[in-house]
Amino acid sequence: MSEPSSPITRSSPLPPADKISSLDTRLIDTTKTLTTEPKGRTGAARILLGRDAIMIYLLLAFVLYASIAIPRFASPVTVGFLLLDVIPVLLIAMPMTLVIITGEIDLSVASIAGLTSALMGVLWASGLDIGLVLAISLFAGVVAGAFNGFLIAVVGLPSLAVTIGTLALYRGLALVVIGDNAVANFPPGLTAFFTSKIGGTGIPTVMIGVVAVALFFGVLLHLTPFGRGLYAIGFSKEAATFVGIRVARAKFWLYVGTGSVSALAGIYWTLRYSSARSDNASGLELTVIAAVLLGGVSIFGGKGSIPGVIAGVLLIGTINFSLRLERISDVVLIIVTGSLLIASVVAPSVFEALQRWRHGRRMHKTLPQVPASGATSATAPGVQERK
Amino acid sequence: MTTAPTRPPGKAERIASAAPSRLGAFLRLRELPVTVALIALVIITTVVNPLFLSPQGVKDLLLNATIVIILAVGQALVIITRNVDLSVGSILGLVAFGTGTLFATVPGIPIVVVFLAGMLLGALLGAINGLLVTVAKVPALVITLGTLYIYRGLNNAWAGGTQYFAGDRPDAFGSLSVDTVLGFPLITLIAVVVVVIVAVYLAGTRPGRDLYAIGSDPDAAKLFGIPVSRRVFLAFLTNGVLAGLAGVLYASRFNSVGATTGSGLELAVVAAAVVGGVAIFGGSGSVVGAAMGALLLTTITSALTALRVDKFWQEAIVGVLILSAIIIDRIASVRSARKLRISEARNV
Repeated sequence: MSEPSSPITRSSPLPPADKISSLDTRLIDTTKTLTTEPKGRTGAARILLGRDAIMIYLLLAFVLYASIAIPRFASPVTVGFLLLDVIPVLLIAMPMTLVIITGEIDLSVASIAGLTSALMGVLWASGLDIGLVLAISLFAGVVAGAFNGFLIAVVGLPSLAVTIGTLALYRGLALVVIGDNAVANFPPGLTAFFTSKIGGTGIPTVMIGVVAVALFFGVLLHLTPFGRGLYAIGFSKEAATFVGIRVARAKFWLYVGTGSVSALAGIYWTLRYSSARSDNASGLELTVIAAVLLGGVSIFGGKGSIPGVIAGVLLIGTINFSLRLERISDVVLIIVTGSLLIASVVAPSVFEALQRWRHGRRMHKTLPQVPASGATSATAPGVQERK
Repeated sequence: MTTAPTRPPGKAERIASAAPSRLGAFLRLRELPVTVALIALVIITTVVNPLFLSPQGVKDLLLNATIVIILAVGQALVIITRNVDLSVGSILGLVAFGTGTLFATVPGIPIVVVFLAGMLLGALLGAINGLLVTVAKVPALVITLGTLYIYRGLNNAWAGGTQYFAGDRPDAFGSLSVDTVLGFPLITLIAVVVVVIVAVYLAGTRPGRDLYAIGSDPDAAKLFGIPVSRRVFLAFLTNGVLAGLAGVLYASRFNSVGATTGSGLELAVVAAAVVGGVAIFGGSGSVVGAAMGALLLTTITSALTALRVDKFWQEAIVGVLILSAIIIDRIASVRSARKLRISEARNV
């Protein structure tokens, strides 16, 4: 613990240790905390140099590079296909961000999407009205999410284990519902709507809905007491309970959220590809989690933001799409996703280690000037006082 | 704990309390639920369909379980230290394809060399995981999710559309999963040996016990002087070696190995460990339990077929099984915590 001692030596020559009254010590102590404290950035710098901003710069830089270097990249067609491809991930990533911020995880999202898709197929094939089909499918997602939420928030089981279980359960139910069959004859008007674009911009019409979902979760996370409470839960569940946040209730509703948005993604998937199958969206859960973590959300909880996650999802989507335009096989591309993910978590800790090393070296330069006895006796009361 | 003022219970009393406590200890065994479930499943299925336990049926059961058993043992090691390795499916795929390539490109290569090469490749991949987790201090879930993609991508890049079939491999290698000793297929015997070695190591050696300490409370383990990073690295390395072994055996057991071999296995393996009583947050469970979990999850598929249950129900039943394993574990831990609190209160 050399950190607190150094500013004292710089501030003023100290009187001998035995003459310092307790008042003096306190005075010295306050100046000390002030001189060591200014570490985090404030104001505009905090927003412009933060992690989210860096993700967004990366995304912009890459889009710029791709538009210049890759011939067919900067066109409405590209924008359209790119967005159509990332929509399911983008949708599910929104509630997933909130779940991971509270320190939990949901691995069953892709299975819920698959179950919704299977249900849609069977209900539509049995001749129900399409509006009713959509409503029931969405409701199934809500129920599936609520079941997760009940087991995790009310019963108190570990979310990783529970959602591995429901991952198998919901995918299994999808198989039970639809079996080997596939339903493809959805109303052409509806499927056309799900691939239609807004005017000549190439932006899919469904993006309006996706933006609404993103706005909803963004506002919920960043601008409401409920959302701020989620960070508190992620930092420390006990502390959050003591300040009056209803942890179990918050978690329950978050899982209802992931369930219903996964159902939306399942509906989108079904109508976009005009095919309801039991294996729709399988394996999507890991893609979503990778994108969320790449977007700066800490797997330990307590850290992350919606803008960062959106930038992360779009970055993965854009890089993959542009590499695909360069004729690099899809299946090899997952190396990029994996490397990005590892780089995004290893880089900050390497950076931190570097900073600590530099800090330690600076301390070493200043430390030998400190008279050993004075330093120890001056810091000792300070340390006690802080407690 | 027991001091002079509070008299220790009389002799008769102590004996009376000792007998049920031994029974209680048996009932509290973490492997018990999965064992009971497995036995019940086998009995019910055999009663309904006697062919289920025919020599051929048993052989098929064991063959199907072998690879998942080995993976679950490795995974249990990692989970006990409060980590997780999601990249095992990809490691298995890479090694299985590597095995196929070795046999196809180096004719006449000794089988032992292939086994060693596969385990070495697995060790290398596991070591990468372990290094990233311990040196960079990043949660294993994230790191191994990343390496899951990277290893799979490498496999795809390496294999492309190529597949190697059983015909490319020597007959002696393929017969490893055909020949039996006392009704056990050879590769299952390899799995049994693995389970025994790892179980003894985990239960009886200092590094093995350290893994439990690390999983129960990493900070306390560090304060206690346990080399946490080295032990966690060891767990990941061992898991890599075992995934490599499973990869070689996969190439022996199945006809074709290619770019997608073993994809999607990771969650099934974690599920097997959890069903076998390995707590997902580390610190408790055993590799024998994990192996039983793997056996149960693979047996249920064949059992449902033998029971003529619609095959589409299988995955849903697996899901229910996982959930009940977690719930049983939860009930047991709540009850033992309550009992502990009462006995502590009496002792003060």
